[in-house]
Formats: sequence, C-alpha cells, structure tokens
Amino acid sequence: MKWLANFFTSSIGRKFIMSLTGIFLILFLIVHLIGNLQLLSSDGGRAFNEYTEFMSTNALIQTIAKGNYVFILAHAIIGIMLYFKNKAAKGSKYAVAAKNDTSWASKNMAILGGIIFAFILMHMGHFWLKFKTNSGVSYVDYGDGQIIDAYASVVTVMSNPIWMACYIIGLIVLAFHLWHGFASAFQTLGLRHKKYTPIIEGVGKIYAIVVPLGFAILPLYIFFTQS
Amino acid sequence: MQLESKVPKGELAEKWTDYRSTMNLVAPNNKRRIEIIVVGTGLAGASAAATLGELGYNVKCFSFHDSPRRAHSIAAQGGINAAKNYQNDGDSVYRLFYDTIKGGDYRSREANVHRLAEVSRDIIDQCVAQGVPFAREYGGLLANRSFGGVQVSRTFYAKGQTGQQLLIGAYQALSRQIATGNVTMYNRHEMLDVVIKDGKARGIIARNLRTGELERHAAHCVVLASGGYGNVFYLSTNAMGSNVTAAWKAVKRGALMANPCYTQIHPTCIPVSGDYQSKLTLMSESLRNDGRVWVPNKIEDAVAIREGRKTALDIAEGDRDYYLERRYPAFGNLVPRDVASRAAKVACDEGKGVAPTGLAVYLDFSSAIQRYGKAEAKSKGIANPSDAEITKLGEAVIEQKYGNLFEMYEKITGENPYKLPMKIYPAVHYTMGGLWVDYNLETNVPGLFALGECNFSDHGANRLGASALMQGLADGYFVIPYTIGQFLSGEIRTPTIDPDAPEFIKAENDTKALIDKIIKVKGNQSVESFHRRLGHIMWDYCGMARNAEGLEKGKKMIRELREEFYRDVFVPGDADEFNPELEKAIRVADFLELGEVMMADALNRNESCGGHFREEYSTPEGEAQRNDEDYAYVAAWSWDESGDHKLYKEELKFDNVELKTRSYK
Amino acid sequence: MKINLKVWRQKNNNTKGHFENHTVEATEHMSFLEMMDVLNEQLIQEKKDPVAFEHDCREGICGACSMVINGRPHGPQQGTTTCQLHMRKFNDGDTIAVEPYRAKAFPVVKDLVVDRSAFDRIIQAGGYVSVNTGGAPDGNAIPIEKDTALEAFDAAACIGCGACAAACPNGSAMLFTSAKVAHLGKLPQGEVEETSRARKMVAQMDKEGFGFCSNIRACEVECPKEISVNNIAYLNRAFLTASIGKE
Repeated sequence: MKWLANFFTSSIGRKFIMSLTGIFLILFLIVHLIGNLQLLSSDGGRAFNEYTEFMSTNALIQTIAKGNYVFILAHAIIGIMLYFKNKAAKGSKYAVAAKNDTSWASKNMAILGGIIFAFILMHMGHFWLKFKTNSGVSYVDYGDGQIIDAYASVVTVMSNPIWMACYIIGLIVLAFHLWHGFASAFQTLGLRHKKYTPIIEGVGKIYAIVVPLGFAILPLYIFFTQS
Repeated sequence: MQLESKVPKGELAEKWTDYRSTMNLVAPNNKRRIEIIVVGTGLAGASAAATLGELGYNVKCFSFHDSPRRAHSIAAQGGINAAKNYQNDGDSVYRLFYDTIKGGDYRSREANVHRLAEVSRDIIDQCVAQGVPFAREYGGLLANRSFGGVQVSRTFYAKGQTGQQLLIGAYQALSRQIATGNVTMYNRHEMLDVVIKDGKARGIIARNLRTGELERHAAHCVVLASGGYGNVFYLSTNAMGSNVTAAWKAVKRGALMANPCYTQIHPTCIPVSGDYQSKLTLMSESLRNDGRVWVPNKIEDAVAIREGRKTALDIAEGDRDYYLERRYPAFGNLVPRDVASRAAKVACDEGKGVAPTGLAVYLDFSSAIQRYGKAEAKSKGIANPSDAEITKLGEAVIEQKYGNLFEMYEKITGENPYKLPMKIYPAVHYTMGGLWVDYNLETNVPGLFALGECNFSDHGANRLGASALMQGLADGYFVIPYTIGQFLSGEIRTPTIDPDAPEFIKAENDTKALIDKIIKVKGNQSVESFHRRLGHIMWDYCGMARNAEGLEKGKKMIRELREEFYRDVFVPGDADEFNPELEKAIRVADFLELGEVMMADALNRNESCGGHFREEYSTPEGEAQRNDEDYAYVAAWSWDESGDHKLYKEELKFDNVELKTRSYK
Repeated sequence: MKINLKVWRQKNNNTKGHFENHTVEATEHMSFLEMMDVLNEQLIQEKKDPVAFEHDCREGICGACSMVINGRPHGPQQGTTTCQLHMRKFNDGDTIAVEPYRAKAFPVVKDLVVDRSAFDRIIQAGGYVSVNTGGAPDGNAIPIEKDTALEAFDAAACIGCGACAAACPNGSAMLFTSAKVAHLGKLPQGEVEETSRARKMVAQMDKEGFGFCSNIRACEVECPKEISVNNIAYLNRAFLTASIGKE
C-alpha cells in the first residue's frame, strides 16, 4: 500500500482529493437546492417539512450525509494544508501586485473556503444542531404523526435581518469559490480537451451564478413574505 | 613544430569507417577509472559529456551558466543540415561535403569535412530518438527546407528554434548522465586555465563564480567546447557571456589558434540604434527568399531618410537601387552571406545608408506582398481585387511564413515591417577560426581536445547556413567518443591525476595573480567601455573589409588599449564573491590579446577568401580574389607577449575537389 | 525619458534585502536590460556596486533573465522576455519596481540573481528519453502526425526561465514540469517511459519545495513562451495514470 501513501502525499495526489471532494460537494449543492426549493411552495411549509422528515430518516440519505460531512472536512483540512504549504513555497510577496489576466477568485480560494466553512458551521448551528438537540424546535402533524416544523425554524432565522444578510454574504462567497472551483476540479483531474473544456468552463460559470442565486432567493423570499 | 593532421590513409569516403574500426579502444573496466573534463555545455560540450558518460567514463562538465541549457547554441534559428536525401532531390554525403568545402572557399580540411557529412545522417536519427520535435509533413515524415548557397533541401528544423530544441535534447541526455552519476556537473564555474603536466593536458583551474573560489580539477584529459569568440567585436549576435577565455588560456599554455581572422558577418541583422546597444539580433537568412534589398539611388534621398524628412515609401521605384539584383543577377538577393554583407557595406560607404547612423539598408517585402496577394486572390477566385484586398491577402501569406520574425522585429524596433521595409545591417555572427586540431580533434597539446565552434576544422573561411549545429553535434556525439580513445588507450596505466601536484598549484597561483592584477587597478573606466572600444577597433580595421595599413594601425591600437586597460580599468567588489564585473574583466582581458592575433593573421593572409576580405586583393569589380598558390594553408598561431606571434602552417591538400573561383554573377 | 527605478538589493541569501531608488535617463529604443546597463554604468562611475542581474542571449531564448518588473516576471508585455521588452512600453517619469523572482525553491544569489538549479534537478529526475548515442533507428522510421509534432514542439518551447514558478502565488513549478512531461509524452519516442517519468519528476518537484498548483493560471499568463496550462492537465492525467492506474 506504499503506492497509496505515496500518491496521497504527493502534490498532485492531494489536489486530486481536493478535486474529487469538490465535485461531490458541487453535486450535493444541486440536491440541496432542489430540496430547499420546497420552501417556495405556498402550503404553509408542509412540503418542506415532509421533505426534511424524509431526508432525516431515510437510511441511504443519512449515509450519504455522513459522507458529505467527511468530504467537507477533507476538503477543508487539505485546503488548509495546501494554503500553508503554498504560502511557504511562495516566500515573500512582490512589492507591486501584478496586474494580469487572472481571476481574483482563483487567488483567494483559501480565504473564500474559510468563510464558507464558517458559513456552514453557522448554517448547521441554525438547523442541524437544533434538530439534533431538540432545542427550540416546534412540531407539526400532517396526519402521519408528529414531525419537526423545520419550516418554522427557517422562518425564525430568516426573519432576522442580520442572519438573512449573513446567508446572502455566504452565498456570494460561495459563488466566487465555485467560479474558480468548478472548472479547476476538472483541470486537476486532467480532464481537459479542446472540444469539451470550453463547455465545462461555461457550465461552471453558469453554475457558479445560478446555484448560489437559487439559494439566495430563499432567505430573501422568506424575509420579505414572512416577516 | 610540425603540424600533423593525422588524417588516415585511404579513399576519402572510406577513411572514417576504416579508421573507426582499427583505432585503439579503452575497455569498460578502464573507462570507469578514467576521468575527462569537458568545458562548455553547448551542442558540442553537452553532447560530448553525455556520450562519454554513457560510455562509462567519469566526466566532469563545466559551464559558467547557472544551467547547462543556457549555452548560446540555444539561439540558433534556422536549422541543421544532414545528407539524408529524404526529398529525393539528389543530395548525398558527397554533395554535402562538396558544398561545405566550396562554401568555405577551399580553406578547410577535406577529410574532416567528409566525416562531418557522413555522420550528419546519424545526428538526425539520434535527435529524433531523443524526442526533438522536428517539423513534420502531413504524412508524418520529417520536413526539410533549403538554405543559402546550396541547391538541395537538406535542412531539418523546428520552427525558428532549431538550436533550442537540439540543445535541449543534448541537455536532457546530459541530465540523464548527471542523474546516473557518470557526469558531475559544475554550473557557475568558469575555466581560467588549463594545467599541463609532463606535456599533457591534465586538468583545469576553474573559478566558482558564486563564491569566487579558485578550484583545481584534475583529469586524464581535457575537452574544450567553449564556443566562438565573435564578442571580440563587442557587438555581435553572440550572447553577452560568449567569450574566448577557455580557448585563449589553452593558447597561452601552448595550443595554437588557427585562422583567427575568419569571421562570419551575417548580412541580415537589426542595425545598431545607439551607443547603449549591447548586442545585435539576427533576422533569419530565410527572409532573403522574399525580401528585396535596396538603398536609395540618390544620396540626398538617403540623407533625407536619415534626418527623418522622408521614409522608404517616399522613394519612387525608379530612385531605388536593388544593388544585389543589379550586381549579382544570377543569385540576386540570395547570394551567400559574405557577399551580401560586403555589398551592404559598399552601399553604406557610398553614403546611401538609411538609418540615422548611416548604417542600414532596406529589406523590402512589398513586392512579395503584392505577388502573394495577387496569387491568393486568383486562387480564391476574387475577380478584380482592389489594391487593399491584394495587400491584405499578401500580408497574410507573409505572416504565415515569417510571422514570428516580423513580430520580433517590431518588438525591437517599434516599426511595423509589413508597412515599412525592414532596416538591416551586417553583424558579426560566427567565427570559423579556433583552436587548431588534428583529425582526432586533438590540439597540438596532447590530451587537449577542442570541439564545435571552439575549433577551426570544418568551415574553412566561410560557414554555410545550418552547418554550425551539424558540426557541434557531430563532434560531440559521433567523433570525440571514438577519437578520444586514441589518446586515452595510452593512459590506462596512468593513475588518478593529483590536483595537488605542483603544476596545479602553480596554475592556480598564476590565475590568482592575474585576478589580483585586474582587480587591484581600481582605475576610472568600466570594463564595458574597454570592451566597446576594442569592438570599434576590431570592426573598423578587422571587420568586413581589411587592408594592410588598417591592420597595422589596429594592431597598434589594441596594444595601447591593452596597456590602458591594465592601468585604468575599474572592477568593483572583490575576487572572493559573486562578481559579474570581474568575470567580464577577465574575459575582456583575453579579447584584448586575441584581437591582436586576429589582426596579425589577417595581415599575413594576402588574399581574400570567405569571411576574410582584403581590399588590396579584389578584382576590378570589387569581388574577392583568392590566392591558392600561396595561401592554401591553415595559419596556426602561438601567442607571444612581445607581439612576435609565431605562425605555423598546415598545408591543405585537395585530392577530391577542384579549386574554383566562386561566382554568383 | 526619465525612469525612476526601485531596485532590489540583496548581498546574498543570508542577508536581508531592501529596495534602492535610482533615476536613469533612458531612450525608448533601449531594451529593459540596456536600461539596466545604463544604471550599472552609472553606479560604476560612482564606484558603487552595480546591480547583479542574469542575462545572456538577449534575444529571448536562453531563459537567463529573472527579473520581476512591477510584480510581473519579464514585465508587462505578453509573450516577451525581459531582454526583448523595450522602454517604449513605459512612459517618461514612470516608477518601476524591479525585484528578483520570489519563490522558496529559488533562493536569491545576489540582487536580482536567483538559484534555479531546482529546475535542472527536476529534469535530471526523468525529463529525458533513455537512449544512448548510436543505434537510433532512422529518423523517418516512426511517422509522427504533423499536429502531434507541433503540440510537442509547443510544450518543448519552454526556456526554463522560471517565470511560471515566480508568477505563481503558490510558487508552483507545475507548468515547467508538465511542459517537459507533455513534450516527451506526446511523441512515440518519449511515451515509452511516461509512467516513471511523471512519477519521478513530480516527486522531485515536490522535494524541491515548490507549491501546489491551484489552477490560477498566472504561469500561463506570464510565460514568455506562452506555454499552455493544457500541459498541466496532461501531467495530472499522466500522474494519476502512473500512480493509481498502472500496475
């Protein structure tokens, strides 16, 4: 198994992990967004609550969720390692910052990632932690027994303008992270092709705007319709 | 001393094959014990060090650069010749041999040139196997192009960067040997003396340029591949660091400098634009395929252009003198380098030069643009194309052929060569002369070898385009690995050479004394200013045209300049540190001696041949006049402090070619 | 034209460096290095230590230049080495900061001169085709598609100047390393050893202390030979195949 150790300690091996976990998280975002769009249905939150109940009880989903946590952690930890390694490799900075044709996001992935990580903790604190510890949650019954009124929790958080603003900022940061991260993940895997790379890059940029925008609609919608 | 060429007996075409199969060998177990020093990592040095390493010798390789890959072979643009006859156009080993001998104006050694032509084919195979990305045809086979002075297509190329690709191939082969430990690489080390022990070259004194420390390195023999000395002219197409020091130190220890006056002046370089100029940039010879060379007919037009009152476009067709086409109707703009260069000088001497300095002629692509434009319009079926359309189409064709060169020209001059004709002027490019070597590439000092531009052997008085790369790699890959055995087979009982032997200590002390002498002057003039002045003297009196009077004068001026140098040079800093000014000073000190020997050689050679043009020896039309009766010899010089340099002659015998006058009319 | 220079001075790698201000009278026809020559001539006249900088061919091919001009290796002009950069790209009265390459794997030797031997060691690790001289088959024995040869050439056009690693905010040498792996790997002669080549060269690159590539592409933007980051994808693929694909 020496080869595996060699691989994962090599620069490209570590970038490989960043790439694969990144792609998984990109996929996760889509699923998460589709689910959250239930918030928009005008049924007093029933669809959203039933979706939440399904997600938190289905064994398969729960397994994937565990994996998701692992991937987020791996992505973050290796990202931090890369950040320090790269900082050391660069040594000192130039007196004048280069004005060249590189994206701002690509040069600030670690900072963007750090903010996103904080954002995730906040987000989990608002919901996951409360649901798990049963603190400050209310319940509803649509006829199949009592389930958590997740919708109510969302409304509570998003009605607060400060929290709402935090979510919007977090999503903007996410957009920048994806702006670079999407296509970068494919480049790291060596998936580059004269014909397909422009498509990947195009899709990546659309994704980086559309998905965070989709998420951002939700707190705004709730803030302006419920509070 | 009698110079023995050691050319093997037998038929010209069989000499090398027969010699190779009968020469002495060194057994593998002995190779492991034998040490070889290689100085220089250009095409010749890197290929030699790599190949000798592969054979199992212990090689120590030296370069003054930070990496072997920076040697100036890297800058060769055009290509490399080889007698492959892939184009089925009648090429052969004999034809390449003949073209080279003729191109060299019958001043090179037949047997060496024939061997060069023979191994040229192996070079291409070797380079392809190394992964050199030569240009290819659509069918996947190697592409060729043609070069000046020949009638076949035998030049292999990799865009305009052939030298770079070949050098990287050799550098990679060398890197592989460094990795195996067969070659020990000494980067940022400059050879400052060769150590002779019991009459044989046994080591070198090198200065570690990073620390300034002098080091003694011993070996069973020393191979010099340190390039040419064109920088004696200050301005040349050579790299800033190219120098004669390694070769010159060998001369001062008894090796002979052969034909030092043979200098190749390349006709198409970007002209000098000001006093600050540090080097000249070559524009590939291939441009003369489509460019027409001209100057204004009237001197007042030339003056107006120089003063900025007119541009080339203001000169009517009838007022232009396409002097190459006029003087050499048969070859026109494609006459060989030496002829084209001299013609440009004549035009500028008449006061028709077109740059503010008065030293430039036009290389005009407008006719080619019109011609290609019309042909393109026709092939695209455009009826009655407008002038603008024709120009646009024509420019596109020119861009495809020479785009990168035009871009480079624009970067350097700030002028758009599609709209205004290029300005060009001849510049020093290559030195055919070099250390005298025999057929084994061994100098007259046993155990001291010289390869590539550093030796004199293959190009006679003028080198053909795309032949320098060929010679460097031939010497390094395919000649020295065999011929070095002739010497080393006698050394298998010689124990490891001791670098603490008195000869080494003395050489080190001599070097130290020289460095101290230079650094302690602490005068008022920079090294650069001396170099620039030397360059002016060389160019004025030993440049494109020479005469006895000027050479005498130049010789005297150099001696005076040399005295002034040791009296008034200022070298900042100390000897025991990284000190680029000191490096330069040591090199310029050697140029100040070499220049004098070049003048002596030019003065001795009372004829005009190839790159050496003596005004007294020309035909009434101003063409070069060779004197085979008295000067068909190699002039090899020793150095004498007093100025009484001794000349040794090696008569050249031509058994296989008939000596003719070159005519391009 | 008057140029205000802020030049980095550093005696050696063990001492701290600092910027020094100088004014140089230049002309627009000068190359950047010729402007530096003028500065040095000035310093020598004042009996001061001239600025050490590396240069050799001055025609954009040897790769010796190692200056960073206003934060950009080789300065502002696209696809141009410092020696081919001319002063007409600047304005009268400009202030220009000139620094050495900054990357941990390129320690400063003096002033603007850095030690780039790490690149040589990366090549020594496997950047070659293992053939000895002699015995090579005929050059035309293996046809190579024209476009393939051109792609290999484009990768091989690297001049080893180190601008990629110097420009990279991560100090990564991926463009340099990948250009060599791609150059050789795309040709049938070099493809044979690709697995071990990719593995060994990446291992050496990591050992030298270069950073990790995060696809910022500053290398591609600043490369004077405009080497593409396509090569980096090529190396990633070759390395993945070598590490987890091949037996």
